[in-house]
Amino acid sequence: MSSLMPNLYVFLLATFLGFEVIRRVSPLLHTPLMSLTNAISAISLVGSIVVLGSQKDSLSTILGAVAVTASTINVISGFLITDRMLRMFKKRKTDDASRSH
Amino acid sequence: MHPDLIESVPLETQICYLIASALFILSLKWLSAPTTSRKGVLVGEIGMAIAILGTLRMPEIQTFQWIIICILVGTAVGVPLAMLMPMTAVPQRTALSHAFGGLAVGCVGTAEYFTSLHATTHLTAFKMGVLALEVLLGFLTFTGSLMAFGKLQEILPSRPLVYKGQNFINLMLLVAAIFVGVSLVVDPTKSVLFPALVVLALLFGILLIIPIGGADMPTVISLLNSYAGMSASAMGFVLDNKLLIIAGALDGSSGFILSIIMCKAMNRSFINVLFGAFGQAPTGAAAAQEKRNVRSAQAEEAAQILGSASTVVIVPGYGMAVAQAQHKVRELYDQLTKRGVEVRFGIHPVAGRMPGHMNVLLAEADIPYDRLSEMEDVNPEMSHTDVVLIIGANDVTNPAARHDKSSPIYGMPIIDCDKARTVMVIKRSMSSGFAGIDNELYYMDKTLMLFGDAKGFVGEMVKELASNND
Repeated sequence: MSSLMPNLYVFLLATFLGFEVIRRVSPLLHTPLMSLTNAISAISLVGSIVVLGSQKDSLSTILGAVAVTASTINVISGFLITDRMLRMFKKRKTDDASRSH
Repeated sequence: MHPDLIESVPLETQICYLIASALFILSLKWLSAPTTSRKGVLVGEIGMAIAILGTLRMPEIQTFQWIIICILVGTAVGVPLAMLMPMTAVPQRTALSHAFGGLAVGCVGTAEYFTSLHATTHLTAFKMGVLALEVLLGFLTFTGSLMAFGKLQEILPSRPLVYKGQNFINLMLLVAAIFVGVSLVVDPTKSVLFPALVVLALLFGILLIIPIGGADMPTVISLLNSYAGMSASAMGFVLDNKLLIIAGALDGSSGFILSIIMCKAMNRSFINVLFGAFGQAPTGAAAAQEKRNVRSAQAEEAAQILGSASTVVIVPGYGMAVAQAQHKVRELYDQLTKRGVEVRFGIHPVAGRMPGHMNVLLAEADIPYDRLSEMEDVNPEMSHTDVVLIIGANDVTNPAARHDKSSPIYGMPIIDCDKARTVMVIKRSMSSGFAGIDNELYYMDKTLMLFGDAKGFVGEMVKELASNND
């Protein structure tokens, strides 16, 4: 496969980049980090769409349907819950009115 | 799929993928600080939308009907999963989403194998190799994460399930899976072997996770996170799609970094977490059964001590999450802050069931994030802290980790609660922690045990403080 070497380079560089970027994420945000990377890796949706849409045979259509549904769940819930969590991280206000729960 | 697929991908799709790759990297970069993090999520969403739109332009797609139906179903499940899930259940949701990720990758790999088989002989040894890896990682992440979900949701016992020869059986399974994978690489047309690979991967995922106990979940979830990313990356190699390779590699390295942080925070190795079955045979637990005196106090006395302190550090643990006590803790924080007490939270990296679990719960209760301190920041301050209040944490506060070489947690970095002037521990009873180790902190002269449910006890202290205030 001629594209093997370029792909390996891409993988190598992306892994190093990932290490550098993620090392800087504050431990405060490790839970949102995990849910965001989860949503991003649900990019497997792209591959799943092609499998489902190309309608080659019934087996690949069924597998494609499962894959598209599962990845969509991850995309939608991953981004939404990350944002929901991040909204809760607030700085101290000068007048810290107590809220009742 | 043909090896010359790259030529059949329209230019506009390739450009979309390029933009999406850049946006994903920016998204993670902006997540690094709370001030820019929400912008990071937005950028990630835009990247995802661009990638999906680009994919829909691919000529291979014959029909959109099923794609639309599946996306709608996925959305209908995904929205409530994100919006209605209580924050205490975030570890379960994360495990579940790793399972979905693994399932999707495994399914695509399987479809890819059988369509390649029916097409002409286009399965090169390399492609078959990554395909086998993709399917193996995908399906083992699927069942492994389902097991983790079951343990976190307490459908399954969260204690480690161990039996004789467990590691040997797991090793044999892995060897068998690798053997089947290699046979397929040698001859990809042996299609009977493929279902065997799938079954072995599914089984391996289950058996790998059942011996792992609840306290090790932060490491295991991170590791499964890494596997999910790696499997997506493998799928990128199979489909010759660089966007998938990049996004998968980012997720894979993120999960890997988190697992390393978690392992370091417990002073253990990966091998030890995966095959060690922590807590199954607590050594010396029986020896430490002699009666020792503990001092206990009621809410009134505890509230007085807290109210007259000038610095307080609160150390939360999984027990706070179980008792859903975070909102009461916030009220306590308010009461103390109103009296001019300096309150900080000392958070151990493995407190809770996933990385950052405690931070999310305390942020949910509206505690400002600049009050949440990491272990390294809070430890040097301990010797001039008046009161440390431990809520539902145990092993991460045990001084034995520093000096007792025979202790199973020896060498684990801890929050140095014993150095504070007064130690208060909210605990249901004197039972030992997850690791089954007695905590000598509880028998110190300056320690007060506050027996009761975390939520109830903190609530009583808040009442005491509020009534004294008026």
